[in-house]
Order: sequence, then structure tokens, then C-alpha cells
Amino acid sequence: MHPPAEQLLKVRGLSKSFLGVKALDNIHFDLKRGEVHAIMGENGAGKSTFMKILIGLLKADSGSISLNSVQIEHMDVYAIMQKGISMIHQEILMIPELTVAQNIYLGRESKRAFLLDEKAIIQQAEELLSSMGLDIQVRTKAKYLSIAELQLIEIAKAVSNNASVIIMDEPSSALSEKEVEILFKIIKDLKSKGVAIIYISHKMDEIYQIADRITVLRDGQFIATKNTVDLDKNSLIALMVGREIEELFTSKSLAKDEIVLKVKNLHKKGKFSDINFEVHAGEVLGIAGLMGAGRTEIARAIFGLDSFDSGEILLKGKTVQIRTPKDAIEQGIGYVSEDRKALGFIPELSVNQNISLSSILNFSKRWLINEKKEREATAKIAYELKIKASGPNQKVINLSGGNQQKVVIARVLMASPMLIILDEPTRGIDIGAKQEIYKLIRELTKNGLAVIMISSELPEILGMSNRILVLSKGKQTAILTQKEANQEKIMKYALH
Amino acid sequence: MRYIKNLRQYGIFIVFSIICLIISFISPQFLTVSNWTIIITQVSINALLAFGVTFVIITGGIDLSLGSIVAMAGVSAAMLAHPDSYPLIIPVLAGLLAGLIVGVFNGFLITKSKIAPFIVTLGTMTIVRGLALILSKGRPVSNLSDPFVFIGSGKFLGIPLLIFILILMFLLCSIILNKTVLGRYIYAVGGNEQAARASGININRIKMIVYSISGLLAGLAGILLTSRITTGQPNAGAGFELDAIAAVVIGGTSTTGGKGSMAGTLIGVLLIGVINNSLDLLNVTSYYQQVVMGIIIIGAVVLDSLNQRANS
Repeated sequence: MHPPAEQLLKVRGLSKSFLGVKALDNIHFDLKRGEVHAIMGENGAGKSTFMKILIGLLKADSGSISLNSVQIEHMDVYAIMQKGISMIHQEILMIPELTVAQNIYLGRESKRAFLLDEKAIIQQAEELLSSMGLDIQVRTKAKYLSIAELQLIEIAKAVSNNASVIIMDEPSSALSEKEVEILFKIIKDLKSKGVAIIYISHKMDEIYQIADRITVLRDGQFIATKNTVDLDKNSLIALMVGREIEELFTSKSLAKDEIVLKVKNLHKKGKFSDINFEVHAGEVLGIAGLMGAGRTEIARAIFGLDSFDSGEILLKGKTVQIRTPKDAIEQGIGYVSEDRKALGFIPELSVNQNISLSSILNFSKRWLINEKKEREATAKIAYELKIKASGPNQKVINLSGGNQQKVVIARVLMASPMLIILDEPTRGIDIGAKQEIYKLIRELTKNGLAVIMISSELPEILGMSNRILVLSKGKQTAILTQKEANQEKIMKYALH
Repeated sequence: MRYIKNLRQYGIFIVFSIICLIISFISPQFLTVSNWTIIITQVSINALLAFGVTFVIITGGIDLSLGSIVAMAGVSAAMLAHPDSYPLIIPVLAGLLAGLIVGVFNGFLITKSKIAPFIVTLGTMTIVRGLALILSKGRPVSNLSDPFVFIGSGKFLGIPLLIFILILMFLLCSIILNKTVLGRYIYAVGGNEQAARASGININRIKMIVYSISGLLAGLAGILLTSRITTGQPNAGAGFELDAIAAVVIGGTSTTGGKGSMAGTLIGVLLIGVINNSLDLLNVTSYYQQVVMGIIIIGAVVLDSLNQRANS
């Protein structure tokens, strides 16, 4: 056992629910002075909720957090930062028009009488950066720095705040290999000064290079904390995924011979490259991969929401030019976005009006809407999809997440597509609605619809897909058949 | 509960009715046909501008160039409306065309340059005012033909022609907004632009159309104003856009887009007219009228945001 002085942060029995769904359930966590402690888990395992509670952005429902034996779970963001926990966010929070020095000391500037002492601020910043071995001009405005430099400055800022715990959330995601080296050098430096680092990353190699211990979370639960040297990669993956596929999924329909969509050499600089796949009628093609692997970006490109640099899209054997979602819908492609609120529905329009929005011209004569025809058609599909609303005129904003999602799916289906892309179709909806959506996908494929389903939930991908395309860092690393695929394999290729 | 919700929805109608009722007790002249003819005639120009800008505001935009379009269209029409020059249709078409061109130009800049509508139309407001002054050499254009003057001051069956035009335009705009695909798309674009795009709507096209309608109706308003005052004034219409926007806001249309109605705008226009009229009847000086109008605009929006908070 470690002597008590080594124990820096101690988390006991931490729980947090959102709208009755447990995001964190009885989490235990220990952090020692001068260690790098990685937190691993799939998307949705509860890592970010945990971090948000640690830095005071969210309040836990129950449990305790102590830092140097002081209880901090009731404190707000500012007080916790004063106590010595700082977080380096994935998105950089710097003011572009201020200089590096001004940014580092923002909110705690040196003053002489009532006036800012810019000289002192610059001097402090220079001393700080040189002590960390960073060669960055403190008089430069933040807007002229690279993301890597900004990230290093964020770390410097945390150090200047006398942080004893620094949380790094995917710090290397925007860094080149060389910059990662600098980052790791700084981390080692901080370690030797007794600072503890909580390191969140999907990149296995990095974790094994830098972390002393690893804590695994899964579905909001604490699974294990192990010394890195005692845990090989395969055991780690098993700990991260290790659950059984629930009996949510009914038998799959058989893919037909006809190829509905063929994607050839799709490429977009910095997002994805060399993407090649096809989807048959009646088939569900699952797309798996970690966040940032390029899944949504590919979907958006196919649907015309974003442009791509090169490559070809063929629908039923014919090359098509899709520049806007309008083109895509007219060609028979439907898209249900992962971001329902931003891209799914019009909050102030009714259930009826949302469902008919993509196909309204079918209910119109010379631009005049035939409301009776519209009502009948939308009522029929709302009934089939079991959309629960107080009436067809209820605004979609007032529906539950599951019903909003069904409204979006109904809108997409009303335009009679031959291919639909479902991006995280069950995110944030309850288990009952999930099951209904799975059943619906089955029904649709039986009738010959081609489906692409993007999902971060491996059981869902495995349970629903005829074949699974796995992406890693914008490249496709495997297309697995139903027989070949299992969670470990997908995870292996996703981390490739 | 539901009943209360409905009451809220028609809040502005109720406020309007109550105000009318109170005024009719204080001033017996108020509820007479002749007084209402005056009120409606007075608000007709503002009504046309307000109808047009309602479309724009529901998409989440704004049009500040309306007042300048009124002047530009009025001057253009007046220059072609001298007696024994052209048939009536020519000055009318010229006025409408002037408005349409500015509207299309607004729409083009807003969709292509991605500059905020507020800035674009602030610019065109100034440009078009300048063009109206250049076109007329800064002088009022008078000596207009009888048929042209008849549009704005003539009567049909004892009722001013302006009132017929107002009713016709109200019905037309209501139908566009409530019964057509275009109307549905306008709400969709204002309610959630990105979702509208992902639903297959050409949002740039919708924006082009609303600014064009707004310009066209402002052109019509310019013709009617010129006809009524029997001169094309290059300085006419200054500040009209703000009255129109005020009417739209009072009528419950949200400036953030996605919500609003033509009927609400009509009530907003009438409310402004009624307040001005009754303060006239009660011999309140116009200085106070402005103060009262400002209070009503803010009050209407406060009422609306309170409703929204209560509903959510």
C-alpha cells in the first residue's frame, strides 16, 4: 500500500444520472502524486461525465471526492481550480486577440495601483515558459499560434495555477508526432515535480508509452484499475468492451444481390481517404470506429451536406453528382443525423409538418399544399412508427427524444429513399424506443431498403449489421462479415 | 389549462380588443365607420411593408431598406406618370420593378456573401436613398396623371381603393404563408436553417424569394404613397421600415425566426393605427404618441417572452 502522503485524489462511490439514465454508477478512483493515470473506455462509458464532475462543471448525485484529504465535491469550477485541479480541454479556450502572456494570466493579472502591470505579466510568462522549456514568444497574439502551441500554453497556464492535478482530454488528437514528443517531455517533467496527470486517450500506443496506471470504465461503471505493466493490450480491450449482446436484436434479413450504393476511393483531405464499400438492397452495413474516425464525415459527404475532394458515388450502378442534401434526397438517399437537434427537425413546426417536410411537393398542386392529403399520409406513417404525440399538431420540440427521432425517421422515409444512413440512431433514447427502431430497420430491409448504420455501441452494430466497416483515423481498416465480427476484433481494427 | 394556453396564443388580439373597447367608451367618435376608414387608410402603407417584412423576419432575417425602396419606387413611378405620357400600367410596373430589383439585390448579397441581413440592408438602405435622390435630382416629382392619383385617393363603392388593395394583399400573403410549400419552407428555414437544408430545402432560394417579396411590396407601397400625396418624394419613407418591423414584432412574430403570422402582423399594424388615432382624438400631442408607441413595442415583446417562459 502507498503511504498516505502519496494519495492525492480519492473518489468514492460517485454516481450521476441524467433523466433517470445512469451515466456514472458508484465510481472509485485513486490518483497518486507524480503519476500518469489513463482513463479508458468506449464512447459513452462515462469518461467525460466523470471529468466534468471532477472539475466542478457537473454536480454528482452522490459520492465523495477528496483532494489532499479536503472534500471538494460541493465546490464550483473556480474554487476547484484554486484547489489545484486543472483541465486541458479538447477545444482550446483562449482569447485570440490577447497575447500569450495575457491569456496565461487572464483573471489574475499583476496590477500596479489600478493599472495593469504588463511588464510584470510578460516577465512572469517568460519565466514560466522557459522553465518548461517552451520556445514561444509571449507577446504573440494567441490567434497566430498553432493548435499544438495553444495546447502547450494551456498546460503552462495550469502549471502557473499551481495545479497538482492536470486532466488532459485527448491532448494528442491535434498534434503531430514531433509535437507529441514535446508533450510527453513536458508530462515527464511535471511528473518529476509531483504533479499528477489524468490522461484520456483512445490511442493505445500513447497510453502504453506514458501511463503508469490505467482505470477502465464501461457503461458508467468502474471496471478495474491496473498497473500498465500488468495489463496487455488484449486484456485491456476485453475490459473495455466485455459485455454480452442483449436479446434486443431479431434475426437479420438476407442481403439481396442488387447493389444500391457503391462508394469508390472517396477522399477528403484531413477527414478520410481511400474509402471503398458497397451496400446491397436489404442489407444493413454497420460503420464502426471511435469518435473522430471519420464516420459522420463520410455520411455527410455522401448525403451532400459537405463536399469531398475526390472519389465516386454510384447509385444502382450509375454515377451520381450530389452537391446538396436536396440532390441526395431526389436521388433516393435519406439521412438521419447523429445530431437530432441541429439537423433533424424544425422545433416550432408540428409533428405533421416535420414528417412531410422532405416530401411536401408530393402533397401539393402548383405549390398549394393539399392539407387533407398531407394529414392522411403523415398520420399513417406516425401510426406505423408508433409516434406518441398529443396530436398531429403538437410541436416536435415538446416530444421525448425517442419520439423526436421517430419523427425524423418518418420524414426521411416519406421521401421514399432506396438507401438510408442512420447516424447513431439510438443515441439518447430509452430502451423501449430503441427496440422499436431496431424492429423498424428489420422491416425496412425486408422490403429491400439498403441501410447504413453508424454506431458507437458495439452490441448494436453487431446485432444489426450484415457486414461491418471499421474505420480508424479516416481510413477503413476492415470490412467484417457477420461471421467474422466480434467486439474484440472491431475494437482491434478501430484502434489500428 | 389548454384554454389558458389558447388565450395566450391570441394574446395580442385580446389586448387589441380591450384597447378598442376602452377607447370607444372614452371617445364616441372612435367606433364610427368614417373614423375606421381613416385609420385603415392611414395604416395601409405601413401594412404592405409589414406584410413583406413578416416573411423576411420569419426566416430569421431583417430588411432595413424598405423606407428607401418606398422613395425609390415612388420617384420612379412618378417620373413616368405625367399626364399624356404613358398608360397607367407603365409607372405602376416601373415602381414594382424598382422594388423587386432592390429586393433581389438584397437577397443575392445575403445568400452569396453570407453577410448579415442587418448589414446588407443597412447598406442598400443608404444606396437606394441616394439613387432616389439622384434620379429625381433631389426635387419632388409632381404633375401626375389623374388615373395614377386615383389609385391612392379614389373610391370604389364609397370605400377607398387603398382598403381593397390592403385586403387583397393581406389575403394573398396569408395564403402564401399558410397554404403553400413556400410558406412551409419559410417557417422551416427560420426555425432551423441546417435541419431545413438537411431536409432537402434550397435555403438560399427561399431567402432570395422572401427579400424579393419584401422589395416588391415596398415598391407597391411606394406607388400608393406617391399617388396619395400626388408627388414622388425622394425623401419619403424615411423610418418606415422601423414602423413596419414594430408592427410585426407587436404581432407576435419572433425576430429570431421560425415563428409568426400574417394575422398577427395585421393586428400589430392596426394597433399602431388605433393608438395614434385615439391619441389624436383625445388631443394628445404627437410627442407623447411616440413615447406610448415605444412602450407598446417593448410591452408586446416582454409579454411574448413571458409567455414563452411559461410554456417551456
